[in-house]
Amino acid sequence: MIYFDNSATTKAHDEVLQTFVEVNKNYYANPASIHAFGVEVNELLDAARSQIASIFNTKPEYVLFTSGGTESNNFAIFGVAKANQHIGKHIITTEIEHASVLEAYKSLEKEGYEVDYLSVNKNGVISLDELREKLRKDTILVTMMHVNNEMGAIQPIEEAAKIIHEHSRAIFHVDAVQSFGKLNIQFNGEAGPDIISISGHKIHGLKGTGIIAFQRKLNIVPYIVGGGQEFGLRSGTVAVPQAVALAKACRIAFENLQENHGKFTKWRDDLIDYFKTFGNHIYILSSKEGAPHILSFSIRDLKGEVIINALQKRGVIVSTSSACSSKQKKTSHVVEALKVDPHFKEGVIRISFGAKNTEEEIEQFKAIFKDVMKELKGV
Amino acid sequence: MLWKEILIRYGELTTKGRNRKDFIHQLKHNIKYIFSDIGSLTIRSERDRMHIELENEEQFEKIVERLPRVFGIQSFSPVAMCEKDLGVIQQTAQKIMDRYKDKSITFKVEVHRSDKSFPYQTYDIQKAVGGFLLKHNPNLSVDVKNPDVELRVEIRKEAAYLMSEIIYGAAGMPVGSNGRSLLLLSGGIDSPVAGYLMMKRGVRIDAIHFFSPPYTSEQSLQKVKDLANELTKFGSSIRLHVIPFTELQVLIKDTVPAEMLMTTTRRMMMKIADRVREEIGALGLVTGESLGQVASQTLESLTAINAVTNTPILRPLLSFDKLEIIDIAQQIGTYEISIKPYEDCCTIFTPANPKTRPKLERVTHFESQVDFDEYIERAVKNREVYTFPEKRIAENKFKHLL
Repeated sequence: MIYFDNSATTKAHDEVLQTFVEVNKNYYANPASIHAFGVEVNELLDAARSQIASIFNTKPEYVLFTSGGTESNNFAIFGVAKANQHIGKHIITTEIEHASVLEAYKSLEKEGYEVDYLSVNKNGVISLDELREKLRKDTILVTMMHVNNEMGAIQPIEEAAKIIHEHSRAIFHVDAVQSFGKLNIQFNGEAGPDIISISGHKIHGLKGTGIIAFQRKLNIVPYIVGGGQEFGLRSGTVAVPQAVALAKACRIAFENLQENHGKFTKWRDDLIDYFKTFGNHIYILSSKEGAPHILSFSIRDLKGEVIINALQKRGVIVSTSSACSSKQKKTSHVVEALKVDPHFKEGVIRISFGAKNTEEEIEQFKAIFKDVMKELKGV
Repeated sequence: MLWKEILIRYGELTTKGRNRKDFIHQLKHNIKYIFSDIGSLTIRSERDRMHIELENEEQFEKIVERLPRVFGIQSFSPVAMCEKDLGVIQQTAQKIMDRYKDKSITFKVEVHRSDKSFPYQTYDIQKAVGGFLLKHNPNLSVDVKNPDVELRVEIRKEAAYLMSEIIYGAAGMPVGSNGRSLLLLSGGIDSPVAGYLMMKRGVRIDAIHFFSPPYTSEQSLQKVKDLANELTKFGSSIRLHVIPFTELQVLIKDTVPAEMLMTTTRRMMMKIADRVREEIGALGLVTGESLGQVASQTLESLTAINAVTNTPILRPLLSFDKLEIIDIAQQIGTYEISIKPYEDCCTIFTPANPKTRPKLERVTHFESQVDFDEYIERAVKNREVYTFPEKRIAENKFKHLL
């Protein structure tokens, strides 16, 4: 099987699974307990937190463990919006965010917050001028994904951060779920995010693991209240095995970033060139300026499902543009925002690479894809 | 590597007279101490400045990271060294200014020519270097009054030295230049901050902690050890004297009326601390007391507690607000340790209504009915002493999991 759906989820590394099992077996005490066993487990949790903090260039107490990207995004958006409504109720995001951001924004909109959605160009990138114009005195939050999950567009985070921090008091939240491990994303003073969300299962970690990290002490209301764990911001007994496994997955992803970036870029560029040989049968949504691990394309007048099935029969797993929305019938909001030609709108396919893919798989894929095109389109 | 040395400017030291030499010597010693894990450094000290020679990039980074914690340093700068040749000086200047190439900034070139045999005049050098940089760096413009970056070029006998960045130090006095004092370290937020502030004034610290097992746990002791260890990063090792306090504390509880309990307990602590102070040759006692914060910190209480000794009791936090103290604790990295929730000996037998205005005569009256002295002697004698930082290499026992 050739698994090219790594933006939906990844296969966990064996080392990560080993950590998960060993921590469950040997360090099962509650880290909040004051007996020696609990203290030892808490030390382990601290070590995991510190390791992640150093990767993101922040302090350990600004790293919180969550259940994943969706919770982290929800937490950031609701937490910041509610804690800062005395300053204002204007919040900004983009048209192409993940549902965990868009739905949170819509829910706030219903509660009386004023939302601006930034548009994107055909490469899926926002306009910094538009961002600057939309920022106001009462803007309290800007959420932006670093890499778009459906077609790989990269937002200019550093420039956006500078503009946001210079023109407003807004907190800049970056959804780095698709970028961490593929692109550099860190706290960097005024030239970077104030909040970063990441998810473990996109980087060969476990499902149900994630992080929300802060650059500094922020005014934010807790997402889950109770025993006051995680510095009072996210109560509930901390899932230590998950947290430690995530620290390991983060370290591996971070250490292999350069290598993977090079590999993925080469494969993506190679496949873009290959798809171009099919002329106007194929429309490529991704660009060589986008994230290296995501390649979205569409075959003229062909539904995505048909292509997925044809490839699947030959052992290749790809997805429609987004796994989270692929069961819904309507066209994706990202594809709508990109104003894709109607002939290509319903057939958007996403190939996404992961650390476990190989060069041979790319070559095999090309041959298989050729067969599929012959079968479905007669070319 | 571009950087050849770190130049250190002294702080308050420069105002000192004849004993200035001792201060400089102490500072040098403290710097060597704080970098003892990266091998022995070559340090040259002069009347106005000190120079640390750099061997590699890694060393440079560690020094820049840790030096801002060493008391007695006003500021420091990484310095590049090159041949006394105008072309080479221009190239070196360019390398330094490369660091700023991403933003548009104003700059000026400041030249000091102590080697008068160098064939170019100060102004010529200034013009040659400044002109060269302007020509090759479109992001630069000149501002002689208030530049963002001042590139300093010094032509000395042996070579030319260039520097641009000034990093602020921790100021204060080198730890050890103002004698030794004994810090009463409880494990709370205040006492480590008090220790830090005294260290900033050059005072070398020993710490004393009152340990009452089984009422207080090993974890609460570990917390105090961690605090002592944390304070060592400001340029000095710290000894921690752990006093077995249970026996005496129980005796006080059984013999003194409840509302006097706290006052007597504090007085006994002070007596013990004073005995330890005497043994180690320290000159003062340091506490984290802040006026009015709790019952034991009213002026009446302080008077009653203080009455057991004539030793100077230093209370650097006396006039501080709790929030100010927390701020410092966070800055110096002790806060996260201090807020860990373990009982200490001061909280286990707290009476419901401690006297905020204890009368000294009443306190001494009750204390006179019991012979505390032999207990005090035993506690002092049976203390355990730990030295931080601990010599053994702390191995990361969780490494394979992470």
